[in-house]
Amino acid sequence: MKDIVIRTVCRVIVPFVQVYGLYVIFHGHLSPGGGFAGGAILGSSMVLFALSFHLEAGAQKLGHETSSYLESGGGIWYILIGLLGLALGSNFLTNRAAGLGFGLPGQLFSGGMIFLLSLGIGVKVASTMFTLFYNLSEEEGSGGDHQ
Amino acid sequence: MPLLDFFLLSFLIVSAVAVARTRDLLSAVIIFAAYSLVMAIIWQMLGAPDVAITEAALGAGVTTFLFLATISKTQRLE
Repeated sequence: MKDIVIRTVCRVIVPFVQVYGLYVIFHGHLSPGGGFAGGAILGSSMVLFALSFHLEAGAQKLGHETSSYLESGGGIWYILIGLLGLALGSNFLTNRAAGLGFGLPGQLFSGGMIFLLSLGIGVKVASTMFTLFYNLSEEEGSGGDHQ
Repeated sequence: MPLLDFFLLSFLIVSAVAVARTRDLLSAVIIFAAYSLVMAIIWQMLGAPDVAITEAALGAGVTTFLFLATISKTQRLE
């Protein structure tokens, strides 16, 4: 698509959408939303970029291999953070009983490791949305490796 | 706000019927996005802001571009 209006509006609007997605992810324990909704917003912003510019331009910003690494890394990150509670002498995903620092209620760093977990979920969901869009919209021959 | 409730719910019914009756699939997808947006407002008014955010991000965003990608691979008219 070569329309200059769509490209300019997209170039202005995409950073704000991404900042809003990160806001929803990091405030998952304080306000509505969380890892899934914020990750969907992040993935939508990347798909918006790829739609308004070109599919190859979007693939240059976030390649398929990087996307699959991010997707797997989100799950591994979640498990590693969960094992942190095990390493501190409690059960899997234990938060307060493991002695993690809690700030004042209502502040950003007041949930122990919950915002780290939300970050993992958000990265995984965003890369999943991006990969889903590319698998649907790419041409048959140029998709690269066929398993 | 019973008047706003009446307006939003009647819009919801009209758009839901219009999605099923439209022959042009691209128009149907756009009407479906409007349906999701009004549904998100209704969730917020019912006191479920978490569901409202998820509905606005998934129903109006992700579902729309997945349908658009599918239409671009197949044909537009039913």
